[in-house]
This record gives sequence, C-alpha cells and structure tokens, in this order.
Amino acid sequence: MPNIKLPYLSHLACAALALAFTAPVSAQQQVVIVTSFPKELTGAYKKAFEAKYPGIKAEILNKPTPAGVAYIREAPANNKPDVFWVSAPDAFQVLATEKLLARIETPAKEVPNKIGNYPINDPNGYYLGQALAGYGIMWNTRYLAANKLPAPKEWADLAKPVYFGHVAISSPSRSGTTHLTVETILQGEGWEKGWRQMLMIAGNCAAITERSFGVPDGVNSGQYGIGLVIDFFGLAAKSSGFPTEFVYPSVTAIVPANIGLVAGAKNAENAKKFIDYTLSPEGQQLLFDPQISRLPVLPSVYAKAPAGFPNPFTGKIKPKVNFDSELSESRYYVVSSLFDQTITFRHKELTQAAKAIDAATAKLAGKSNPEAAKLLAEARDYAYSPVVSADKAKDKEFLALYRNTKRDAEKTKRITALEEHWGNTARANYAKAVDLANRAAALAK
Amino acid sequence: MTPRFTFPQAALALAIALFLLVFLLVPVATVLYVAFTNSDGSLTLAHLRSFFQLTLMREALYNSLYVGGMSVLASSVLALPLAYFTARFRFRGALLIQTLGVLPLIMPPFVGAAAMQLLFGRSGSLNLILGDWFGLNLPIMEGLNAVIFVEALHYFPFILLNLTVALNNIDSAMEESAQNLGASGLRLFRRIVFPLALPGYMAGAALVFLKVFDDVATPLVLNVTDILAAQAYYRITSIGIDDPIGYVASVIMVVASMAALAGSTWVMRGKDYATLQRGGSALATRRLGPWQGLFAYGWIALVLLLVLSPHIGLVLLSFSRLWSFTVIPESYTLANYAAVFRDSPFMLWNSLVYCGIAAVLDVAIGTAIAYLMQRTRLPGRRLLDLVASGAVAVPGIVLGIGYLRTFRGFNLPFTELPFVSFWLIIAFAFTVRRLPYALRSCVAALQQVHISMEEAAENLGASNRRTIFRIVVPLMAGGMLAGFVTSFLTAAVEISATLMLVSATSDAPASYGIYLYMQSIVGRGPGAALGVITVLLVGLGTYASHRIMRARSLRFETLQALK
Repeated sequence: MPNIKLPYLSHLACAALALAFTAPVSAQQQVVIVTSFPKELTGAYKKAFEAKYPGIKAEILNKPTPAGVAYIREAPANNKPDVFWVSAPDAFQVLATEKLLARIETPAKEVPNKIGNYPINDPNGYYLGQALAGYGIMWNTRYLAANKLPAPKEWADLAKPVYFGHVAISSPSRSGTTHLTVETILQGEGWEKGWRQMLMIAGNCAAITERSFGVPDGVNSGQYGIGLVIDFFGLAAKSSGFPTEFVYPSVTAIVPANIGLVAGAKNAENAKKFIDYTLSPEGQQLLFDPQISRLPVLPSVYAKAPAGFPNPFTGKIKPKVNFDSELSESRYYVVSSLFDQTITFRHKELTQAAKAIDAATAKLAGKSNPEAAKLLAEARDYAYSPVVSADKAKDKEFLALYRNTKRDAEKTKRITALEEHWGNTARANYAKAVDLANRAAALAK
Repeated sequence: MTPRFTFPQAALALAIALFLLVFLLVPVATVLYVAFTNSDGSLTLAHLRSFFQLTLMREALYNSLYVGGMSVLASSVLALPLAYFTARFRFRGALLIQTLGVLPLIMPPFVGAAAMQLLFGRSGSLNLILGDWFGLNLPIMEGLNAVIFVEALHYFPFILLNLTVALNNIDSAMEESAQNLGASGLRLFRRIVFPLALPGYMAGAALVFLKVFDDVATPLVLNVTDILAAQAYYRITSIGIDDPIGYVASVIMVVASMAALAGSTWVMRGKDYATLQRGGSALATRRLGPWQGLFAYGWIALVLLLVLSPHIGLVLLSFSRLWSFTVIPESYTLANYAAVFRDSPFMLWNSLVYCGIAAVLDVAIGTAIAYLMQRTRLPGRRLLDLVASGAVAVPGIVLGIGYLRTFRGFNLPFTELPFVSFWLIIAFAFTVRRLPYALRSCVAALQQVHISMEEAAENLGASNRRTIFRIVVPLMAGGMLAGFVTSFLTAAVEISATLMLVSATSDAPASYGIYLYMQSIVGRGPGAALGVITVLLVGLGTYASHRIMRARSLRFETLQALK
C-alpha cells in the first residue's frame, strides 16, 4: 500500500535542498546589521541607505539585545556581522571588554560631547551615540477616564495610592533603558529615598514586564493605565493614533542609543559607510518620522523638526539629574539583581503589602490615632526600605564581587547566598508590613 | 527467537545516534558544561549546591511541576470528551474537531497569550463588558492559574491527536467481545476502551507535561517569573555575567523532563497494549440520540469557542486599525494584510520548507527509534529514546548558542559559506526540537501493533524489509501522521532558537516575521495578519492530510470488503 503523504513532502524537501545547493552565491556587496530596533526604524534606514549606495544591500538582523550579543560573540571569524545597533550601553560595554568592537576613528564633529552630564559617544571610542532618548511617563487616556484617575506628571505621583494596580514597568535586568531610569531616580533622590520611591511605584504596578516593549504595548491596548517608557514609545504611539499621552518628568536623564562597528567585520568598509550615514544630517532627519520619533544627536537638524518635537539641546526638557555614568556602571549588577530579587520575583508579596498599607492609610485618614499611625509608619518602613543600605552599596569590596566576571564556585556561592538573603528578607518584610498595616487598620475602628 | 538484532538495524541505530550526537548532544554540552565547571575549566558541583540553596529556585521547580501537572489535568478535561465523541459517534462534527482542534498548536505562544490578553486580560473584552454590566473584573490572566489556563488551551491537542489515533486503532472485536460478556456503558469504557487507548493518552499527556514544563514564552508574556523556565531564561539572557545558575536550571529541566518520560514508560511497563486483529472496522460508531447530540454539540461548541478565542482575538487584531480599551476594535482596515503580502510572503514559504523537512526527518527518526526499541534487543536502544526525548527540555536559546559554537569552524562543502549561515541549520534545529513529539506518537502507535502480525507476514515469506513497509508502517500510519502534524505545526511557531540562528532576513521563517512585527507600536496589526495567514496555511495542510488519510482508509476498507 503506498504511503501517500510522506513521499510528496520528502520530494519537496529534496528539491528544496538541491535548489539551495545549486543557487549561485550572491556576490553583491552588503552590510550586516544586528539590531534590536523595531522594523519601522530599521526599514527606513535600510531603504534610505540602499537608495544612496545602490550597490550595497543592508541586511538587517533583528534580535533581542542579549541574543544579539551572543550572536556576535559566537559568529565564525570569517563571517562576523558588521554593525551592532541597540540602545543599551551595557551591551556595548560587554562587547568592548571582550574585544568584539572596533574603534571608530572619525565620529561626526558636530555632535556635542555630552548631553547633560552623559557622554554621547563612548569616551574610549568603541561606540557612538546615534539618537537620544529620555525616559518618561505614558498613559492611556481612555483607561484613566474610565477609572477616574488624574494624569500623572512626576515619578512621585506614581507612588500615590490612587494608582494602585494601574502602573507597569519593565525590569532593569531586562532592559538597559529601564536600568537607566531606575538609576536616574536613585541618583536624583539618593539611594535610600530613591529605592523607597521605586518600591512604592513597583507596589502600585500591575506588572513588571519581561520586555521593555511590554509596557508601551500594554498601555496602548489599555491593559495598563500608565507605563514608565522611553520617549519614542510614547511619542510614536500617540502619532500612530493611540489614545495615549506622554510627559517627561522633571527628574529624567537624556541618554544615547548607540551604534558600533564589530571587530573583524566582514564588510568593514560598508559598515563605516552605514554608520556615517546614520550620523549624517540626512540620516539623522529620518528620526523625525512620526513612527520612529527619536531625538537626533545632531543639534543642527532640529531646525527641520516637525512642530512640537522635543529638542533636548534647548533645555526644554530639563534633566535635573547630573547623571554619573561611572557610578551607574560601578553598581550596575547590584541594582539589577536587587531589583529582581526584591521586586520582580517578589512582586505578589510587595503588592499585597502596598494594598494593606493603602487600606490602612485610607481608614486612618482624618483620624488621630498615634498608636495606629506609628504602626502604619513601621509598616511603610518594612515594605519600602531597600534591603541593601546606602553604605553597603558604596562598599568597594561588595561591589567588586559583582564586577568579578570569572565563574567559580566561591563566587557563585557568595552571590547566590546574597540573593537568597535579599529575597527572603524582602519577603519577610512584606509579610510584616501586611501584618502591621492590618493591626493599624484594626485600631482605627 | 530472532537474533538480538540484524546488521541493518545496528547501522540504522548508529546513524541516528550520530545525528543526535552532532546536532543535539555536542551543541548542548558546549553550553551546559558551564553548569559544572569553574572559569579555569576544573569540574565542580558547587553551582548545583548553590542552586538548591536558593529558595526562589526551589519554589520555581515546585511551581513548574505544579503547572505542568495541572495543565495535563486541564488538557485532559478538554480533550477526552472530544476524542471520545469523534471515535464513538457518527456525526459531522468529527472532521471539524480534528482540524479546529489542532489550530491552537499553530499559534506562536507569545502571540496567543497576547491575543488572550485582549479578550480575557484586565482590560480585555470580557472584563470591559463585565465591568460595564456588573462592576466586576475577573483576574483570569493573573498568576500561575493563568499559565495553566493558556497552556491547557494551547497544548491539549497533543492529547486529542494521540488519543484519537489510539481510539481509532481499537478493534471493534474487542468491544463486541466485551459486550457479549455483558459489559456496557461506563464499565465497557473503563475496562476495555480506556486501557486499550492508554498508550496514546500517555503519549499525549507526557508531551503536554514536557512542553508546559519547558515553555518560557507563555509565562513571560503573562509576567509570571517564579517558574523554572523563566528563571533559567532570565539568567541566561542577562548580559555580561557568566552566571552558571541559569545553566544549572537548564540541566535540572532536562533531567526532570527525562525523569517524567521515564516515569510514563514505567507506568506502561509490563503491560501489553497490542491487539491482534486489525483491518476490521474500528470501534463501532453510533448515531447520536437527540439529547446526546445536544450535549455533544454543546460541549464541542463551548470548547471550540474557548480554544479558538486566541484566534478570534488575532483575527480581530489583524483587521483592526485601532484597538485600545474597547470591547472590539473601533476601526477596521485591510492595510495590515497588504503590508504582509508586500514585505514577507517569502517567510511563509521558508516556514513550509523548514517545517516540512523537520517533520519528515522527525517521523523517519521517530519510527526508526520506536521500531528499534520495541522490535529489537539492540543494546542502548532505550538510550536513543531518552536522548531524543530529552531534546524537549533543552531551551531553544541554549540549542541556538550551541549550534553557533559547535559549527562555527565549518564551511559548507565546496563553498566559502559558513555552515551556521546556511538555512538548513534552522531546519535541523527544528528537527531536533520537535523530534520528541513525533517520537512519542510513533512509539505509541507501534505499541498498539501486535508482533504476531509481523510474525505472520514473515511466516508467509515476507522479508524483514517488506514486513516493515507493508505491515508495520501502514498499521502505524495514523500515529505517524499525528507525529508529522504535531511536529510540523509546532515547528511553524518555533521562535527562541530561530532568533539565534537567522543570519539573513531572506532565510527567516514566518515566526521570526511575526516576532519582528510584534516588537513595534504600529506592527501589531501586520504581525497579527501574518499570524492569521500562518495559522490558515498550516491548518489547511492539516486538513488536507486528514482528508488523504481518510480517503486512504476508506479505500482500504473497500478492498477488504471486496475480498
């Protein structure tokens, strides 16, 4: 009896195989770009670049940032991709440390050295700022109207009880830009106060999303009311017709998204052309496209910006924080890991604490009950204090543990012991906060 | 008794072992050895100890087992009645169930969960309506229960497919004998039908468990991080830290999956599920009485509505211009489809080719392993099964990095092109990742074929080869088809290894395209459109293969009747 299904498919497969082997290997010039940026942005650059250099094909490989780093690391030496183009500066740092990036000699001279206190181009010359972005608050106007919520203006607003369960944020370990926001708040408010604010905001969050794009996506569809997002997500959503708004809070930092040349790039010459193009006035203007909405690094092109487009060089967006990138880098993994262990992975417990505290606060409002007020204050301290003190966070020896990138038994043991301690302390603190808040609420009767 | 094994069998086993070694064991080992070594290369178990000292990891392991087990339970509740109706009753819904029932598998998990959010999420259609009418908000899409809900809807077809095949393979003679001996109703089902179908059910249940246990996309879309796959993913994809704990978590997942598989084989051990008579009719099908019909159609409608809800959400999204905080989209457009047909039709073709290659290889290897395991006493045959099945638990990103690392020194023969940039490597990744599915189905199918059939053929002078191709393969065909379909469907939505291995957009499969669209604000519409087209294409393929199978079995029956 003939087996009908299988032979057909295997013929198909064989035919396809044969085709693939005989297909001529294209001799066309190309430049291979590894990026995490959305299709709208990469598509616009591909089209414009190929129009300007008709002989060169721009091959865009879209991968999440960590996958992009791994791809460049593992690519065979005779076939390295050419350009790495993502936001997160830490990804470039890692590649530079592993000698996977080549220095770029001639950055565009017109680009200022710094935006605020943040260097636009890598001081060591391994990567260049290609566009600027600031963090801010985005919200869905319909969601806010339906839930009768006021529009927020500042980070501190998001810590208010009225927003409980309506906010979303990503995690610093998942998104370099979220890390910069958290670090901005920590530097703007100080370690203890900054974490307190961060924990209160996180307590109000409906979700700590795994991807940074999960936040604007959720706000667009109305799943979350308010999100902490990078500006172009907010601006592009609005210009695409979504009922959303975006503001820069006063405590914000403007930071660059970067582009770099891969060491040993197969098409290094074309790669340089591409990088130069993205930094040319022509290439920079592409960023004004409403679906892209990023801020150029070339101050001169803002003359051609659409009306109402923010210009970070005029001081219209006032970053109050003088961002210290060395401080940020020195405690990078501590901040990320602390956030995940005490917020991301214990989010359920944290929101329970926030809920109990909010309920007790509401009950005590307008009543004078010193004992209950004291209990409530204690509950707040338990729930919203970081488990690592400001002094410890400055401790060189402590930070060195995280800067040691070697993998050995002793280091793993110490780091996991720390994580265990942070996670358990946080959970115990949140439980205690619930208990104290409930007792405070009971006293209010 | 026959000799332990023959030379061709040993050669076949060696060839499969070689394939698994090159495309599974070595690549995975190049990545996972990190779990057991220090930077200087010395071996250590310290990372493993550290892993188990983390409360979070122990909780995550427990949660993963819980979610896996509960998903099997929930999937069974969905699948059992559907499989029973189709096998037992003569009615028009059967083909509908067979085809619509597998559609959930074609939905890329991250898209499916996102579409479910639009319908069942906090501001999804359902909750918006409930909020308007009753001031209610049901937390359907929150926490571990949401993962179980989505996973069960997504993976119950594994049970449905395998169980249906198994039920169809039961000879009506068994049932008739039981009836003659006075058994009927529930007793008949419990003592005869269900035990005989058990291999198929176990194969499906094992797959659901393994798949849910290792799935990372669904929990992450639902923002659930306290399960093992998510923890492993968080750690492996952290930039810049050489963190062995993530790899330890992967090793634990591989080990736990293999233990679950070994467990399911152990449950089946020492039992003989093969029945002798074949070629007669399958289970007697009855007409539905009016009440039975009402109940059957009611249940089918309910289940289909539920399992197709992600597709409904996806279709709505694909036609929507704007959908934000409303029950259904407020304005519609065809532009999303236009964008897809302009930009990415080649990706659909790529998907068909890669998945076709993967599914054919999977069924071939799966059938071979099943045969070696059950019909020979070749040393190491169980090891082949375990290794091939272990692939299910290897995270896609680990396999992807492993391929890049293992093959980076190799060029394609006669060219300068590195092997890792050749599209076939994506098809091989699919083959390895989906092999466990096809393998389970093939093993279950062969378990139902009694060895006497082959002995009879050999007594009549058929050669070993002829027996296999004229007797064994045709009798296993249903299971092989089920394996082909599951492997093909699920390969069509593979994303994690794909993201690592795509080295040119022109080689990318459709799942990559969907991912790409879904990463941008204005891309959700086109992403959904590409998703709908993929689902339609692959669904059509499934329908066609069922039609072919049905036509063939009809002809087979007619031949029998004529004799």
